[in-house]
Amino acid sequence: MAIVGKERLQIISNLTRPTDERDKMTLTLFFFYLFSIVLIAAAIMVVASRNPVHSVLFLILAFFNAAGLFLIAGAEFLAMILVIVYVGAVAVLFLFVVMMLDIDFAEMRKGILQYMPIGALIGLILFLELALLAGSWVILPEVADSSVLPIDNSISNTKALGQVLYTRYVFLFQGAGIILLIAMVGAIVLSLHHRSNVKRQDIGKQVARDPKETVKTVKVKSGKGIG
Amino acid sequence: MWENILIGLEYLFGIPIFGWGEDVGFVYKALLLLVSLLIFIAFILLADRKIWAAVQLRRGPNVVGLFGLLQSFADLLKFIFKEPIIPASSNKIIFLLAPLVTVMLALSAWVVIPLDEGWALADINVGILYIFAISSLAVYGIIMGGWASNSKYPFLSALRSAAQMVSYEVSIGFVIVTVLLLVGSLNLTDIVIAQKEIGLAHLLGVPWMNFLNWFWLPLFPMFIIFFISALAETNRPPFDLPEAESELVAGFMVEYSSTPYMMYMLGEYVAIILMCSLTTILFLGGWAAPLEIAPFTWIPGIVWFILKVSLVFFMFAMVKAFVPRYRYDQLMRLGWKVFLPISIFMIFIVALILQLTGWGWHGGVA
Repeated sequence: MAIVGKERLQIISNLTRPTDERDKMTLTLFFFYLFSIVLIAAAIMVVASRNPVHSVLFLILAFFNAAGLFLIAGAEFLAMILVIVYVGAVAVLFLFVVMMLDIDFAEMRKGILQYMPIGALIGLILFLELALLAGSWVILPEVADSSVLPIDNSISNTKALGQVLYTRYVFLFQGAGIILLIAMVGAIVLSLHHRSNVKRQDIGKQVARDPKETVKTVKVKSGKGIG
Repeated sequence: MWENILIGLEYLFGIPIFGWGEDVGFVYKALLLLVSLLIFIAFILLADRKIWAAVQLRRGPNVVGLFGLLQSFADLLKFIFKEPIIPASSNKIIFLLAPLVTVMLALSAWVVIPLDEGWALADINVGILYIFAISSLAVYGIIMGGWASNSKYPFLSALRSAAQMVSYEVSIGFVIVTVLLLVGSLNLTDIVIAQKEIGLAHLLGVPWMNFLNWFWLPLFPMFIIFFISALAETNRPPFDLPEAESELVAGFMVEYSSTPYMMYMLGEYVAIILMCSLTTILFLGGWAAPLEIAPFTWIPGIVWFILKVSLVFFMFAMVKAFVPRYRYDQLMRLGWKVFLPISIFMIFIVALILQLTGWGWHGGVA
């Protein structure tokens, strides 16, 4: 059973074509389930593992798989930003804090059951909201369409995102940036306290020092002090 | 179904299941890149030691092979045949995972590097972001190793290096943004092509003087900042505080021996060569010949690429040889108080000039 010629070329081009044209039942689906299963398993392990450092490492695994899901959806820019921001910066700080702080997690876990009702309530609310969202898609597909900007497939999604963020949503985008900046400045103001009796290095002062002003050469005769 | 899988395998590996395919298998290309990269690194390691020795008027490794050329291979054998020692109180899984993470991450970034026109294994749209993402993950190898060793020097080193690498990523990110402003595309091949088609040589009316076109000249301050940040990001001297042997013994690598240690070393050098080639691609015109005239254009692009990477690495090695190690607070000051303001300011300047003059590259798929 040799597959040659046109049929073979067709299968190969099917495998190497961009995602939106490819046969959806094969590779894409396989990777979707792979990423999803690992993502959910990692997310469960974040909560379940006893060692907090392991939790953060599982969180990183979860972020990675979420980035993989973005890639499958064709949103490569979001996938990369997710890895850069969350894995490259936020999770590093998490890991930093978890390693530095000496928290007795066994002690903390003792009263965990008393938070159960609140946790369940929040989980229920999140689930209901997701169900509403998904339900609205099923009941009235045109409602979802009306709120979404049309997708332009001729440009890359980096450019598409930029064109929307910096034109239509420019004030919201800048506003979000300013809020983050204020939060950052606030954190610095809260944690920064200058103590007056600590010697500090002033690089400008050091560079500006001049041997003529700081060093004085004195010839001292033997047997006599500088006096 | 089965035909699909078999033909997929045939496409990937080039195995003649149904007769030879038209394409060379992707896996073979990846293996070829991997092997040649590792051999290149074996000699780069030797070059590093030789240059260092020459600056200090020593001979360097000169016993194994002619002029010591086979030294790195002898070291490889030595590392592999040594006994790996795993500390009893360490977290064993993470302890062994950490060097693997370092090597895998460093190697996986190479998939998007264009060695010549069309020579990238995966010429993706967001290539530069991919490299930025992967190189920002290098810190995990160090943190995990330092923590899992369950010993105080590795742990201190891990904390230090986490702060160091996160700080210098910021300025690397801003430098990349200025290049992107000029190019208007995140694709690495586009970045190199843009350096052929726009630049100072075109403005001066001598378009064949390619080396004036490259972005190192118009973005000279950013070139310097990128070079220094690359040193800090890869823990090269003078920023090798994570493994400062005078204070932290050997930093996060104290407890490592044998093959895991070798993997750390390998990962470090792969990351260094990656940073060298990134400097080449962003600022030195990638595979392009320095002069667009006859004898230079006969030489294939890959040769120019390797020459440029070697030149940047030579600068890395020289810096290692004659600059003393930074103090930690000075390192932080340099990153946050000097590089960050300068690079943000330069983004404004570059954006302003591009907006006023309409310069910049307008091709590519963006």
